Amino acid sequence: MMATAMGFYKQAALTLAIWLPIVCGMVILGVGRRWPKSVRPLAAIGSVLTFIVTIPLWALFHAQRSVMQFRERVAWIPAFHVNYALGVDGISLPLVLLTSLIGIIVVIAGWQVIKDRVPEYFAAFLIMEGLMIGVFCALDALLFYVFWEAMLIPMFLIIGIWGGPNRVYATIKFFLYTFLGSVLMLVALLYLYFQAGESFNILSYYHLHLGETAQILIFLAFLIAFAVKIPMWPVHTWLPDAHVEAPTGGSVVLAALMLKMGAYGFLRFSLPIVPLASHVLAGFMITLSLIAVVYIGLVALVQEDMKKLIAYSSIAHMGFVTLGIFLFNRFAMDGAIVQMISHGFVSAALFLCVGVLYDRVHSREISAYGGVVNRMPVFAAFMMLFAMANSGLPGTSGFVGEFLVILGAFKVNIWYAFLAATTLVSGAAYTLWMYKRVIFGPVTKPAVAALSDISPRETSFLLVLSMAVLALGIWPFPLLHMMNATIHHLLWRPGVRLMAGAP
Amino acid sequence: MPSSTALYLAIPLACLLGSLITGLLGSRLGNKWSHRIPILGVGVAFALSAGFALPRVLKGLWLNTTLYTWGHVAHVPLVIGFLIDPLTVTMMVVVTFVSLMVHIYTIGYMKDDPGYRRFFSYISLFTFAMLMLVMANNFLQLFFGWEAVGLVSYLLIGFWYTRESAIFANLKAFLVNRVGDFGFVLGIAAIFSVFHSLDYATVFAHAHELGARVFPIAGGVSWRAITVICILLFIGAMGKSAQMPLHVWLPDSMEGPTPISALIHAATMVTAGIFMVARMSPLFELSPVARSVILVVGGSTAFFMALLALVQTDIKRVIAYSTLSQLGYMTVALGASAYAAAIFHLVTHAFFKALLFLAAGSVIIALHHEQDMRKMGGLRRYMPVTFVTTWIGALALAGIPPLAGFFSKDAIIDAVSRSTLPGADYAFATVLAGVFLTAFYTFRMVFMVFYGEPRMDAHARHHLHESPWVVTMPLVLLAIPSVLAGMVLMRPLLFGPFFSGSIFVLPADNALARMAPHFHGVMAFIGASFVSPPLYLALSGMAMAWYMYIYRPTIPALLVKRLHGVYEILCHKYGFDEIYIDGFAAGARALGRFLWKIGDIQLIDGVMVNGTARMIGRLARLGRRLQSGYIYHYAFAVILGLFVLMTFFLHHI
Repeated sequence: MMATAMGFYKQAALTLAIWLPIVCGMVILGVGRRWPKSVRPLAAIGSVLTFIVTIPLWALFHAQRSVMQFRERVAWIPAFHVNYALGVDGISLPLVLLTSLIGIIVVIAGWQVIKDRVPEYFAAFLIMEGLMIGVFCALDALLFYVFWEAMLIPMFLIIGIWGGPNRVYATIKFFLYTFLGSVLMLVALLYLYFQAGESFNILSYYHLHLGETAQILIFLAFLIAFAVKIPMWPVHTWLPDAHVEAPTGGSVVLAALMLKMGAYGFLRFSLPIVPLASHVLAGFMITLSLIAVVYIGLVALVQEDMKKLIAYSSIAHMGFVTLGIFLFNRFAMDGAIVQMISHGFVSAALFLCVGVLYDRVHSREISAYGGVVNRMPVFAAFMMLFAMANSGLPGTSGFVGEFLVILGAFKVNIWYAFLAATTLVSGAAYTLWMYKRVIFGPVTKPAVAALSDISPRETSFLLVLSMAVLALGIWPFPLLHMMNATIHHLLWRPGVRLMAGAP
Repeated sequence: MPSSTALYLAIPLACLLGSLITGLLGSRLGNKWSHRIPILGVGVAFALSAGFALPRVLKGLWLNTTLYTWGHVAHVPLVIGFLIDPLTVTMMVVVTFVSLMVHIYTIGYMKDDPGYRRFFSYISLFTFAMLMLVMANNFLQLFFGWEAVGLVSYLLIGFWYTRESAIFANLKAFLVNRVGDFGFVLGIAAIFSVFHSLDYATVFAHAHELGARVFPIAGGVSWRAITVICILLFIGAMGKSAQMPLHVWLPDSMEGPTPISALIHAATMVTAGIFMVARMSPLFELSPVARSVILVVGGSTAFFMALLALVQTDIKRVIAYSTLSQLGYMTVALGASAYAAAIFHLVTHAFFKALLFLAAGSVIIALHHEQDMRKMGGLRRYMPVTFVTTWIGALALAGIPPLAGFFSKDAIIDAVSRSTLPGADYAFATVLAGVFLTAFYTFRMVFMVFYGEPRMDAHARHHLHESPWVVTMPLVLLAIPSVLAGMVLMRPLLFGPFFSGSIFVLPADNALARMAPHFHGVMAFIGASFVSPPLYLALSGMAMAWYMYIYRPTIPALLVKRLHGVYEILCHKYGFDEIYIDGFAAGARALGRFLWKIGDIQLIDGVMVNGTARMIGRLARLGRRLQSGYIYHYAFAVILGLFVLMTFFLHHI
């Protein structure tokens, strides 16, 4: 009996994780108008169930094996050899878990705040959650592309409907930027389809022997799609605008999950499919990444809007991810992936913190605050933790990725490490200067004087994220262990030596 | 886990537990239990350090063990673990003892503060972090502790978070420290890139293999790896131990409550850099270049910071500049390869400087948080215990025999005089001149505070009284080692085998070994001091202070007038703050604003993004014009097309 259940789970877990929230979202759309009271409980149940479904993935995952696990495969459009093929490895599994955790958090975050079109709001988030899990699990290129594009629609609606005053500009910018990028990816995928003998199986692309020119063209096509999503300098300007206009939950998903799609794309497509081009263009990628770290670090310093500041900080932190990926060094690569997960927690937490303040004061301007700690000491303590994590303090998750990437960078080139390490100063400067101006000081503004400390609901999501931030900082072992074999395989695949030097 | 490891683990964990209980449950526990629990925690830590760890290490039972694997990348494990050796144990005993004293003292000092419980939580957390730092057996954990003490320092400098000056100072402290950490992290990365390990034992065992290894820098230039590593690590030490030019945060850190100034910004945390370099002696010994840099930086700090102490009027700032100067002495000792002397001075300094700070705090609470020495005076009649203990601390700081500071300072001066590295002569001159300055500013403070006519207002004078026993008891308990530590510890720490194996010195550099034959016991050392300059410099400094502040109190004002230019430079602290705040910080903001407004908004958004959109719009308008709907426009186009095609065909077929 137990064995059958286990067998069933292993064959259906990913499908469940993808479709459970989507179906739940559909149900909410269907019944929400008639029974408005059922919307929030349904959303909560949907997101919690999804999380519960993904937990055993972690327990049952064989970390020593680099192959795809929990695989599912059903013919979808046989005429074009399109399959509904799913599976996870040590890189995608942490991202799936992150998605399902953040899924719960955004539902709690929107619980009371959203008053307008409530069913649509929760449905959009649940559907988006399922689609994002789909992106991380898809092993079929067309399926991947469908999830990838479909995921944009709920986000487009979330910003466009529940967003701020300038939401139309932001949504169009967001949509055009990301959509334009992905169109080229489709061309690349179609090319690969024919090269692989009419197959959309992503894993079969790993064994193609493509010429250098073809590799570089494919790499560039993918690059535009992924670089926009991450976003890399200089295609990053949609992100601050999108964040500023997005509602809190939208910002959380955007920062914690959507930005990871691009980096995931590099790991799933660019590196294994076009290893030669990845190598040839690594210097270019590293340059863009370092510009992101240094340039964006300086730009973040002068932001007056909290959300913009955190958005810029996200770009700088994602610069560390792309840097780590393209250094082709084992430590840097591990660091990059840890940084992705950590940034998922930290940026989500910081956007939620801004949301907590925004819900009370209705301003994101740093200058509208000051002395918040006097009225909200518990909140200030939480935000201190997240600010420190954003500055990369050891003991928090923010440190692990940065540290490993710097270790790897030094090995490759002393100046890469030098420029990357400037984040120690700039990251602390922009984060803590904001913290000082918002949280510390005497209370001078009436709006701040009227503040009340966080509610149990707000405490719950900040507490969950703070535990995650600390756990990953104090003991990153489980995460590093989970991806060990997969990264080893990625960098040392037979025939394709990606690694630059010894560890 | 062996029971001994468990007991070692209990030392930091007792502090952490105390901090967590008070921090999380403080409001339910009430004030009394909020100080009892952390004090119990630190008390246990001290008892175990002094009663368990120290005897074991003295018996030769060292420990180097892994607690848990933090993570592993490929096959390289990154661990959290303990290295318990003489150097570690020395630090553990000093840290837990001073921390315990400060915990007790805080009961009195912070009595009426609304942040009482938070304060206890922070200082226990600090003790935990500092213990993890000194007990580390690898660079990763060292950096953990390093940053964690920085965090607590940040929290405590900004403890009174409604004061603008406090929250400015804590941000400044954190950022300046981060500049140091920038070097430190790169140093660790450099070590890792060479040794593929972050474990002390592995790194030290292979250090000599570095030899001619180089790091390519640029255009064919390469630097010796060991020099790069040592200088980068030392940049970290410069941040934490506040060496010039990264010293600017320490005086401002006095915005924190006084017990913190004693514990963190004098006795323990700021000595982390000194400890780290001593711990890394197997590396620093291999780089004379780095040690020359250390000598020059340390010497400059020792001398120029002592000069600044001369013009301060805030009692805490006098002691803060003194701390900077004394840290310079320790740094000089490191540069001279007299690591043991640096640690010796670290220990004695921890006692007498904590004592001086806590005594200053006692004065400050007696005067209702007045810190300006110009409004003090004559306090010796009202505060006998504080007065006597301050004298002891002052004598120890000034280096008067037989108090603790005398031995450690003279050992450093002697060691530097024997160093042959470039920069050693400069360092020798600065530390010698520093002796005079130290005695002068110290007794300037003593005389201004405790002698002469009381200058406070009548109300304050009326309320003057000695501080309660929780405040004076730590003063007395710190005064005892301030007197005795030098006499007791000099032989074992400097000339005994205590540190051998823990600190590594090349025979050629070993200044202390060359001093050993001349050392015939403490009494003889004192006797010898009567025929060498330092003692007379110290005594003349004292005499000068007496002359200027008691005998002829009009002289200082006269001097200020005469040496106006010098006085202004000293009051502006050589302009470091201006350069950093108006130069670097403002420059970074200006650059950031430029990149944002010009780079992001005008170029990327304006030209590229919206420009593309506009261009498409324009093309579309053009296209729309072509489709005008008039039949003759279309007919014209058809004819035009016909001509073009005909031309094409006629020429090509």
